Amino acid sequence: MTAPATVTAAQVAAGVTDPELPFLTLAELGILREVRETGDGVEVTITPTYSGCPAMDAIRADLLRALHRAGFERAQVRTLLAPAWTTDWISEEGRAKLAAAGIAPPGPAPRRAAGGPVPLTLGIRDEPVDCPLCGAGETERLAAFGATACRELRRCRACREPFEHVKEI
Amino acid sequence: MSFDDAYQALTDHDDDARWAYGTGFADPLAGVPTALPDGVDHADLAAYCLMIGDDALIMSHRLQQWVTRAPELEDEMAIANIGLDLLGQARLLLTRAGEAEGGGRGEDDLAYLRDPQDFRHVRLAERADADFAHLVARLLVFATWRLALLDRLSASGDPVLAAIGAKGVKEVAYHRDYAAGWVVRLGDGTELSHRRMQAAVDAVWPLIGELFEAHPVELRLVGVAVDPSLLRAEFDGVLAEVLRVATLHAPGPGAGPGPSSAGDSSAGDGSAGDGPVRGRDGFHTDELGEILDEMQGLARATPGGVW
Repeated sequence: MTAPATVTAAQVAAGVTDPELPFLTLAELGILREVRETGDGVEVTITPTYSGCPAMDAIRADLLRALHRAGFERAQVRTLLAPAWTTDWISEEGRAKLAAAGIAPPGPAPRRAAGGPVPLTLGIRDEPVDCPLCGAGETERLAAFGATACRELRRCRACREPFEHVKEI
Repeated sequence: MSFDDAYQALTDHDDDARWAYGTGFADPLAGVPTALPDGVDHADLAAYCLMIGDDALIMSHRLQQWVTRAPELEDEMAIANIGLDLLGQARLLLTRAGEAEGGGRGEDDLAYLRDPQDFRHVRLAERADADFAHLVARLLVFATWRLALLDRLSASGDPVLAAIGAKGVKEVAYHRDYAAGWVVRLGDGTELSHRRMQAAVDAVWPLIGELFEAHPVELRLVGVAVDPSLLRAEFDGVLAEVLRVATLHAPGPGAGPGPSSAGDSSAGDGSAGDGPVRGRDGFHTDELGEILDEMQGLARATPGGVW
């Protein structure tokens, strides 16, 4: 009702940050799929990163809160399950911010031959990941699962520092 | 955009918060179009969602029991993450089951208020792990089977199941690789680790047959459910490859290279019945009772409780 004409609902939603990566916006992370202003209010569409991602409820609440604060009182959040989120949707800006925060951004998501089964990777599926701290290309995986579902733990062989890497999915 | 008060954040936006039920979260299908597909029997669809939802729920609970007991901190994180992925899949599937059933039951009702005989998971999911080798053997079998299943489910005629399948493939591929990595590390490790890993493979083997027995519900839901008997070739190929690299062998007559001699599913449980005894029909071991005592105790003691 009191929305300043200069701020659109899309701008408000795009500025909401991820609860677990607070330097990244939902738009940069690629989980904000659509913002529509209809006669009925604002409808925001998001896509979960992982099935069990515990941040989804916080994200929904944060979106509604931000929209309410900006004057969009009638807003709802729609969840889109398909197509499934992929790290390829993280924007260039988002990747730069991840690296600046010491988290190696993902490479291209794995693709597989149409029709074939998901290939088994025994041990080595180590695409090169550059160290976000010193820039060296020689890094190794310490653990395939990290502090959140979307990250793994790696270590740089040059500067010996451990760091996180957003897994390609 | 964070909340000023973390406790307020947890309860503020959901008047139905019921923390004794362990959630306080919104319906995981909130905002997802959930119309049921035409021409599909709703009771069958509900039963099928329960089957593959219970597989994930019970396996997730067993994984959670390993947290604080894993050999390394990194493995605690891995096991917790895998359990969380499966719990997320379970929440979606139980919610979908409740919708298809049409009786107003939600994920909490289905998880916390059903009795053991009403659970429909395969018995592989409920077995307790004697040691870490047993866990990774069981997880390898479970994830290999479920990955093949979810991959085919992504073409389901039910758009919600198809979406859950497509999402789950990306997750369970990591679960399988994690388990396979440990099976190889232990199998191709020291003499002691090799012996214990082989013992774990031997112990989990009798539970494999049940995974591929099609249930009448699965066969009736043509184009919606996955016929598990079609998953066997892919499963056998992956298991044979992992065991080969791990210098382990499939148990059974002649210790053949493939797991095709899995035998009947009731082996190892001392079941005496004539027909197949399987979790899909609600036949479980006593170990499920232990899981449900722990999982359901608080919710049942304080129905609808909030704190």
